[in-house]
Amino acid sequence: MEEFKPDRTINIKGLICPYTFVKSKLAIEEMGVGEVLEIILDYPEASRSIPKSMEDHGHKVLKVEKINDTDWVILVRKEHD
Amino acid sequence: MDFTEEQIQRYSRHIILPEVGGKGQKKILNARVLLVGAGGLGCPVGYYLAAAGVGTLGIVDSDTIELSNLQRQIAHNTERVGMNKAESAKLTFEALNPDVKVIPIKERLNKDNIMDIIKDYDIVVDGSDNFPTRYLVNDACVLTGKPLVSGAILRFEGQVTTILPGEGHCYRCLFEEPPPPGLVPSCQEAGVLGALPGVIGGLQAMEVLKLIIEKGEPLKNTLLIYDALSAQFRRVKIPKNKNCPVCGENPTITELQDYEADYCQMRF
Repeated sequence: MEEFKPDRTINIKGLICPYTFVKSKLAIEEMGVGEVLEIILDYPEASRSIPKSMEDHGHKVLKVEKINDTDWVILVRKEHD
Repeated sequence: MDFTEEQIQRYSRHIILPEVGGKGQKKILNARVLLVGAGGLGCPVGYYLAAAGVGTLGIVDSDTIELSNLQRQIAHNTERVGMNKAESAKLTFEALNPDVKVIPIKERLNKDNIMDIIKDYDIVVDGSDNFPTRYLVNDACVLTGKPLVSGAILRFEGQVTTILPGEGHCYRCLFEEPPPPGLVPSCQEAGVLGALPGVIGGLQAMEVLKLIIEKGEPLKNTLLIYDALSAQFRRVKIPKNKNCPVCGENPTITELQDYEADYCQMRF
């Protein structure tokens, strides 16, 4: 699988919905088109809802991966302003 | 400007919306809106705009609160009977949201003060209760190019329209001159069901927010009429009138005029 290098990383461990997505959305808004956001989280539902919401908003989800017992990493590429 | 943690929580349901986001919320926080009147319409409009985080709300009202206002004017309360309405609205709206700066303007608008008052605002909301003010506000907005969200209510019926000077119709395209005094009854003479201004004011607040975030279709060239008893909305097309005395091709009104305020000597 192709590796993507994130342009920005946010750690939102401890946050629950909807603030997981709110923080992710605010972060990606500030980035340039084509840049990749890395999101580290530990709220299980957000590991499903953030990718879905990001796709709904027109961005590209590159990776959703559980990295240990509690945490996930999501990579999202900004597709438009 | 970065959001505080409190702002992220307060505006989270806005930020989640694709049409708003953090960028739209910042536009809302930077917006300056002038409310003409803190009565039946001004109360719900101001309430929702304050909740949404409109950063600066100017409120023009020279009247004091009366007990008979409280059946519909929801920003005021029983303890404040006798207080100026703009001052009361400031207390209510700033308590709801500390991000909002409310500027009470305890004057009655006239041709000599209106230009100086509206110059500080991006959007004007008409919730006035009389035709002289309605025409004055329309003319001032047309002459200065400011968007105007106009609302009116009586008995069980209300109407809303959004005037974008230069782009669409204005109030005088619809009615060139105010009706003769006494022809149109006032709320005091005819009554109004208390929730009606909530419906119309809510629509006005929505129009203002749409203008601020630059999304959707404003009620340009359109009058939206709500009949509460039949629970029906009607949209009436209002074409821009090329012969309009203020926004037409050869305007005859090039400076402000006051109509004598002998429409209603009673208070609302």
